[in-house]
Amino acid sequence: MTQPPFSLWVYLSQTPLLWLTITLLVYAAADAVSRATHRHPLANPVLHSIWILAAFLWLTGTRYETYFSGAQFVHFLLGPATVALAIPLYENRKAVMSAIFPMLAALVVGSVSAIGSVVLLAEALGLPRNVVLSLAPKSVTAGVAMGISESLSASPALTAVATVLTGIMGAIVVTPMMNRLGITDFRARGFAAGLASHGIGTARAFQVDEVAGVFAGIAMSLNALVTSLLVPLAVTLLLR
Amino acid sequence: MIAGLCVILICQLAGEAIVRGLGVPVPGPVLGLLFMLLLLLLRDRFPSLAFGPLKDDAIVGVARGLLANLSLLFIPAGVGIIQLINVLLEHGWAIVFALAVSVIATLFITAGTFLIVSKLMKRRDAGGAS
Repeated sequence: MTQPPFSLWVYLSQTPLLWLTITLLVYAAADAVSRATHRHPLANPVLHSIWILAAFLWLTGTRYETYFSGAQFVHFLLGPATVALAIPLYENRKAVMSAIFPMLAALVVGSVSAIGSVVLLAEALGLPRNVVLSLAPKSVTAGVAMGISESLSASPALTAVATVLTGIMGAIVVTPMMNRLGITDFRARGFAAGLASHGIGTARAFQVDEVAGVFAGIAMSLNALVTSLLVPLAVTLLLR
Repeated sequence: MIAGLCVILICQLAGEAIVRGLGVPVPGPVLGLLFMLLLLLLRDRFPSLAFGPLKDDAIVGVARGLLANLSLLFIPAGVGIIQLINVLLEHGWAIVFALAVSVIATLFITAGTFLIVSKLMKRRDAGGAS
């Protein structure tokens, strides 16, 4: 009796179509929940999609390689999306040029502290070298962070999760923290949000203030460049 | 749309080729980002470059579409965490702690640097004017 549906599952679970469809379906649902909660940081669609899909793979005993045969079509678009970050940078070039010195200073100092703090802290906590390397690029947008992680032969999957967690924590903490510190310059607030917590911080900044959002987007694009130059350098200096 | 996507892919391809060829320690797409930016700035400088997808908003349309769904693109790699479940069970809390402290420190230092330099610039400009 149970033979036909079971063999159908065996067939479908090996096809890319099933896993691509499930990935998009889970994300669409998680994104709908996120929108319904007015983009609350804790309803982050990436975080929830990841654990739901991981649980589904675990329950069905599916190997990650099988899953990835379908999900790779989505994964491939990370590269073009990184190139596309040039567009907001180009469109806001006047805003960039008008605050170029504060931005460059904040970019270099912020990028160094984002990498340095997590590498030193992770080392002090005694985390294995492979984990430390995977955490180093966590403040840049996940596509770039995973590229950096790959070029260090660390773990891109761990980097992806660390990046998403960093984004969510930054998005939750940035507004209360800046209010407590009495920082009212929305350019500075947005720039910090985009630099420390990339796209998720940028989305949060846009909800709070338009200027903050633009500066967050600029910080995210610029930090993608600077961090990919700095991480290999920092790793050779801080870890030996 | 296809023409716009082509320009983006060509920038990425150029980036990847240079990274592989010269052994630059930067992800290929990041170099592609720089090429894309340069291409758009050159187009504004030299009107003869403004043809096809560089003339209309084809690139902007594709880029908007990609960036609007940026979150989706992280998911396949993120699900790879199931291969690292042992690392998470052993070091999960230490990782979360390191990330939390680092993100708070980064927010504080970045906003602080921006404000300090912005004030210094204003003071210098005011000093220059008087």
